[in-house]
Amino acid sequence: MAINEVAVVSVSHLNKVYLSRERRVEAIGDLTFDVAAGDFTCIVGPSGAGKTTLLKCLSGLLAPTSGAILVNGHAVVGPPAEMAVVFQEYGRSLFPWKTVRENIELPLREKKIAKAERARLVDEALAAVALTGAADSYPWQLSGGMQQRVAIARAVAYQPKVMVLDEPFAAVDAQTRADLEDLMLRLWTELDLTVIFVTHDIDEAVYLGQRVLVLSSSPTRILDDVPIDIAGPRSQATTRVEPGFAELRTRVYRGIQQAKASQSIKG
Amino acid sequence: MARRLNSISGFLLLAILWEVAPRLGLADPKFFPPLSTLLVELFNLAATQEFWGYLLSTARTWATGLLVATAAGVIAGLAIGLVPGARTYTHSTIEFLRPIPSVALIPGVILIFGSRYQSGVVLITYAAFWQVLLQMLYGLTDIDAVARDTARSFRFSKAGFVVHVAWPTLLPFLFTGIRLAASIALVLAVTAEMVIGTYGIGRGIVVAQTSNAIPSMYALVIVTGLMGVGINVAARAIEQRVLRWHPSVRNATAI
Amino acid sequence: MRDTLVRSAGKILHRLAIELALPLGLFGLLLAVSANSTNFYFPPLARVLDRFDALWLGPRFATDVLPSLGRLIAGYTIACLTGIAIGVPLGMFRPLRRAAEPVLEFFRAIPPPALIPVLVMLAGFGDTMKVAVIVTGAIWPILLNTVEGVKGADMVLDETCRTYQIKGMSRLWNFVLPSASPQVVVGMRVGLSIGIILMVISEMFAATTGLGAAIIVFQRSFEIPEMWSGVLMLGLFGFALSVVFRLFERRALKWYYGMRDLERRS
Repeated sequence: MAINEVAVVSVSHLNKVYLSRERRVEAIGDLTFDVAAGDFTCIVGPSGAGKTTLLKCLSGLLAPTSGAILVNGHAVVGPPAEMAVVFQEYGRSLFPWKTVRENIELPLREKKIAKAERARLVDEALAAVALTGAADSYPWQLSGGMQQRVAIARAVAYQPKVMVLDEPFAAVDAQTRADLEDLMLRLWTELDLTVIFVTHDIDEAVYLGQRVLVLSSSPTRILDDVPIDIAGPRSQATTRVEPGFAELRTRVYRGIQQAKASQSIKG
Repeated sequence: MARRLNSISGFLLLAILWEVAPRLGLADPKFFPPLSTLLVELFNLAATQEFWGYLLSTARTWATGLLVATAAGVIAGLAIGLVPGARTYTHSTIEFLRPIPSVALIPGVILIFGSRYQSGVVLITYAAFWQVLLQMLYGLTDIDAVARDTARSFRFSKAGFVVHVAWPTLLPFLFTGIRLAASIALVLAVTAEMVIGTYGIGRGIVVAQTSNAIPSMYALVIVTGLMGVGINVAARAIEQRVLRWHPSVRNATAI
Repeated sequence: MRDTLVRSAGKILHRLAIELALPLGLFGLLLAVSANSTNFYFPPLARVLDRFDALWLGPRFATDVLPSLGRLIAGYTIACLTGIAIGVPLGMFRPLRRAAEPVLEFFRAIPPPALIPVLVMLAGFGDTMKVAVIVTGAIWPILLNTVEGVKGADMVLDETCRTYQIKGMSRLWNFVLPSASPQVVVGMRVGLSIGIILMVISEMFAATTGLGAAIIVFQRSFEIPEMWSGVLMLGLFGFALSVVFRLFERRALKWYYGMRDLERRS
């Protein structure tokens, strides 16, 4: 990251320790990284690597034990208003008693946005995820992929500075996942978003990101910071078969294997 | 430790309020005697034969009613659940009869049994029966589902099926039904005593109130509360023990 | 087109026939068996129906059924509002709940009729006492189910609210209450049955006006067919209210039933 680029998210020496009566688990050891405005950063790691913990700390849902997280220059003490989160369990993150439109509109009402403006933002978000026809349906009437698109539309309409996604496509079938990945890329370029994308799927991380952070197993640190320098626009058909893709994928894969190995040594 | 204190704090607060408010005149002591007076009265009552007469009478009505209701509920449940088609045909009748409050039977029962304890038993049976019946039906429906999956793959004999599949599946439902029936039975036993005049604690409370023995009245009300709590606790304890091995001990509450 | 219409009409009739078969059969049986009854306590059903028509489809409706209904509505409404108002904070704050739980366990174990003399002492024999009796009984299932419903709110949805800055009253209105509503409605249904029972008990105990009072007065003066007609009225009263409640339930929880029906079908 060049010195004159502004970091939207800045994590320095993040440390999180869970204390219970029986034991002390150091989920996150020492994490330091920055995310510049407009970046698409993917975070991968083996299971138990503290990805969820990192995400909860980033989004202000969990307080770190030590270290600092800055979003847009402000320290994170609770969920930052400039951040929108898309959860993995889309079914549980949408209000079943509200229609799709009402779901997307609710955070905008909290922001005290005027009615006409709200309607415009909702309509635009729905159009962006191609769900205009589903506006008056209930979330549970829609398929899994569509529900996640509603969650994404909600995040987009919110006009956040940073969008954080927690393994959002893990619970969706492969074909839908491919469509949703392309949707994310399109939204990212069209709306100039800053995205932090947590996933366990290496292919997905390399396909989507400009940069992939590989996490070690607990106590989590950054094992590798892989810049994804694939030329040209991403495409499901072509990008994944480019030689550059395979190399990067292998590098990330090796990182994860290394992380898993040290985990099993520790036992 | 803190948790235990937390749990007692509510009671403590209530006890303090109940003791202090009447003494300070915040509540009329004629209507709300201080807690200590009530507890003393309770101890005095416990020494009288009349009190135990009341208690045992209520207990007898309760137990008999519960027994009959359970037996009737199990038999009806089995009949309706096992006879093919019975459930469909009886559904509307059940849905119509269920909301009829058991108290509608009071006049009929007075005519037949007067104020003998059988009045209470009939009332209890009518009300508590539904709880047992419904739980039995839920359980039998569950057995259908479990049977389809497991028994067929294990190819049980008829007897084996009953022992290894049907009974264990049904048991938790049956216990839930009995537990719900037990607390309803207490309510109706007291009702019979108050409205019909059957001998028991309910009648004791009415007598105490009409003869202005206010501390006794409260003391007897507290006793019914303790009986209720006792029944709930005992029922849950038995349920836990018998169904220790069962993955889901039902958590239903009637009230 | 005509075929499908005929077929669905046939299906509906078939359904109706099954639903009504047993009740109508029992009714007919009762009618026939009791037709020549000379038993004083169990007169012919025909006579009871005649009295029913004369009394309850007549003047008694206004003098007895309506006051009963009024008391029930008053008591039930108070029970719902109070039960939910107390249940919500208890559901949300664990220390509060832990402190209150033992106390509530005790008070709800007291059979509501046992409190009638206490309320008579405090409020006499009038409407206030009856409404109070209904409240003391009906409030418990509503309160306890509200606590359960609020307690069981989905964690992911809670996190969603936090990240989108949905707090305070808005969170209560948009998240806590709707999330708890299916469970609250369960409590409200039980509360309604209990309310009806206590309405009758309180009226039988302090026989002034009302359905329960009428029935017990008939019984005491040995007007047996009239008494049974009152019992029939009571049964219909309970049945009608449960139907009304079910309609309300279906409308208020449209989203919940929609969701469940979909799950069941899949």
